[in-house]
Amino acid sequence: MATAAVTHGHPPTTTGLDHRKVAIWAFIGSECMLFASLISTYLIYKGRSVVGPFPHEACNPPLCATPLHAILNIPVTSMSTFVLLMSSLTMVLALAAVENKGKPGYEGLFGSSKLWLMATAILGTTFLGFQAFEFTSFVHEGLTIRTNLFGSSFFTLTGFHGAHVTAGVLWLLTLFAIDVKRGLGPKDALLVDISALYWHFVDVVWIAIFTLVYLIH
Amino acid sequence: MHAESVSAEQHHVMGEVHEHPTWKQYKWVALILTLITVGEVWVYYIPSFVAGPLFVPTLLILSAIKFVIVVMFYMHLKYDHRLFRVLFTGPLIVAMCTLLALMFLFSKLSLTR
Repeated sequence: MATAAVTHGHPPTTTGLDHRKVAIWAFIGSECMLFASLISTYLIYKGRSVVGPFPHEACNPPLCATPLHAILNIPVTSMSTFVLLMSSLTMVLALAAVENKGKPGYEGLFGSSKLWLMATAILGTTFLGFQAFEFTSFVHEGLTIRTNLFGSSFFTLTGFHGAHVTAGVLWLLTLFAIDVKRGLGPKDALLVDISALYWHFVDVVWIAIFTLVYLIH
Repeated sequence: MHAESVSAEQHHVMGEVHEHPTWKQYKWVALILTLITVGEVWVYYIPSFVAGPLFVPTLLILSAIKFVIVVMFYMHLKYDHRLFRVLFTGPLIVAMCTLLALMFLFSKLSLTR
């Protein structure tokens, strides 16, 4: 019973790994299946809408009340994709700052976990802003979740992803508040690591969505 | 109760934290991801390429490369314990097989022309 792990003050686990990190990886694995089912649904319904607007093709009467161009805005979505990719960079820099707090090379502003956590939250919020702009413009062009199969599957898929980003931003802001209140250091590295894993997962899901939904037609 | 008091060094002893990439490597990874994204969007605007047979495979390969880079370097799966790799790749393989099965089932993919 007197194992090395016990003498370190950590409850022994059968795997020798922290349960929280095992849990977040298991959760991410289950999320893979959730998003695969949503992406599958989108791909199955793709091209089966009988009325417009359509994602990649122009829509003319009678399928649309007024002539519409392809509804997906690739330049705007490319920007939001870039923003989310950069948020993954700031997230790993936040984790590195927490893990190495006080060590040489991690002093000053660029070694500040507060800076990188807040930067990640801001970039995540910017991504959500792009998504809100996209959803609003779609509704103005006549595409809602009830319009056609494309609208239903598109809003469900990207809406679920947006909800995950929102949860991630709230998680990051919570970590930022803890950092401001008492400071995050190497002993908190696992807490930040778990949130970083979630955040990067949200990013890789978007990598798949961007290609499968926006670029391939 | 005890878990919160565990230090990063102790996690290292438990085999959780291994060598991570440096800041410089993280920035190179970000640059590569950006360049691949630029490449994806660039090919989208080449009509002759979009009409050709290589458009979809190219985008899928570029997307897969980005996916793997983020998972290996940003999520540290390359450096972490093997169990985490199993916990992630197992469900991912199931998910991809399900997606492919549904594509065949609903005639989105076919082995014959």
